[in-house]
Amino acid sequence: MALLSKKDANLILDPLADNNPITIQVLGICSALAITAELKASVVMALSVLFVLGVGNVVISLLRNVIPSKIRIIVQLVVVATLVIIVDQVLKAFAYELSKTLSVFVGLIITNCIIMGRFEAFALGNGPWKSFLDGIGNALGYGVILVIVGFFRELLGSGTLFGIPVLGDPVTKTGLYSIGYENNGFMIIPPAALIVVGIIIWVQRSRNRTLIEEA
Amino acid sequence: MNTEKNSYTVIFAAIMVVVVGSILAFLATGLKPRIDENERFEKQQNILYAMGVNQNEGDGSVTFIPTNEVEAEFSKYIKKQLVVQGDKVTEKEEAYLIDLKKQLSEIKAGNNAELPLLIGEKDGKEFYIIPMYGKGLWDAIWGFISLDENMVVQGVYFDHKSETPGLGANIKQRFFMDDFVGESILDGNSYAGIGVVKGNNDPLNQDKEDNEVDALAGATITGNGVTAMIKESLKLYKPYLETIRKK
Repeated sequence: MALLSKKDANLILDPLADNNPITIQVLGICSALAITAELKASVVMALSVLFVLGVGNVVISLLRNVIPSKIRIIVQLVVVATLVIIVDQVLKAFAYELSKTLSVFVGLIITNCIIMGRFEAFALGNGPWKSFLDGIGNALGYGVILVIVGFFRELLGSGTLFGIPVLGDPVTKTGLYSIGYENNGFMIIPPAALIVVGIIIWVQRSRNRTLIEEA
Repeated sequence: MNTEKNSYTVIFAAIMVVVVGSILAFLATGLKPRIDENERFEKQQNILYAMGVNQNEGDGSVTFIPTNEVEAEFSKYIKKQLVVQGDKVTEKEEAYLIDLKKQLSEIKAGNNAELPLLIGEKDGKEFYIIPMYGKGLWDAIWGFISLDENMVVQGVYFDHKSETPGLGANIKQRFFMDDFVGESILDGNSYAGIGVVKGNNDPLNQDKEDNEVDALAGATITGNGVTAMIKESLKLYKPYLETIRKK
């Protein structure tokens, strides 16, 4: 990447794998459980977080020298909440259908620990450009896991991807269903997300043993 | 600049509130017309859906008339918009935009309420479309039910604010809504409505005279909410329905 120095590139690439917010830092699990029953919701949630975290990190970083440390958490909350309301209102005005499926989740962004975590841990101590990259990187890292989990949960739970049947029709028994395959209803409910995330963590740590904490 | 001083903190907070407040106020006013229009189109889509004007394909899809056509279709199919106040029935333009929730709380408070009712016409047949509003497990549920003059359900549409995905949220799925079609809301002469019941020995919903449809597994309270919502709404419209009912 000629566009970014190696250090800057790492700000984006690290959270995608070895410092992933969900599987390594174990942040943002709550929303990962709630919305990953469908791939579409996962993608939209990932994009919303990308926007909020990218912009939010920059705003906090620009203000980092003027924010009084006594009320910095409140200031961070105000910034997140404002951005989330903007996202919500814009979706309602320009993508109403989407906003309906998303209304429950958009509110969840405010409480997403990744966002507050990055504000507090990174944006308060770094310049706007670096903070922007960090925000984008972490949001992508979050989004990747969301999409992976959403993919498996929708495929195994409903036999569809983005709402399109890919395994055949369970009612008329075509495709895979004709040889006795059944949708796994367990994948629809939130605990299934924990199991999928668990498997991702397991695979990731067995491939890169330096990630395993000392007992 | 000393950012640790209390006065600085107070001033910072005050400025922040003003700035954020004006950004949001500006945005909300700017987008409000568009949002209102979206909500109006959605209501039209839902009403048309309940009278069977939709673009459903196959067995699974719930597809409305597209947003850019819905206004024209709405004025084509909806012949009359009425307001029911007890025995008094008056015609009113845009009656469908009346906020039912508000009217229901007026009724609770013992005041006069304006209840909207729409008459649609499709293929020479009349549909009486009643809006409904009730409570699910977590939050509000609402919908529309369309009847013919024999008090047989021609179609329904349900929606919800935040029922559990995969469980109660399924009230807006085809397999649930389609079950209501053809059911009679009358039990003898009483407006019994339609119950969402477990174990009615009729999972394929072939018995259209039993005032019952099969419940959703794992969504008992949402189902009960639907039952209550239909019953309550019919109670309110009973005086009017009595006048149009074929006996």
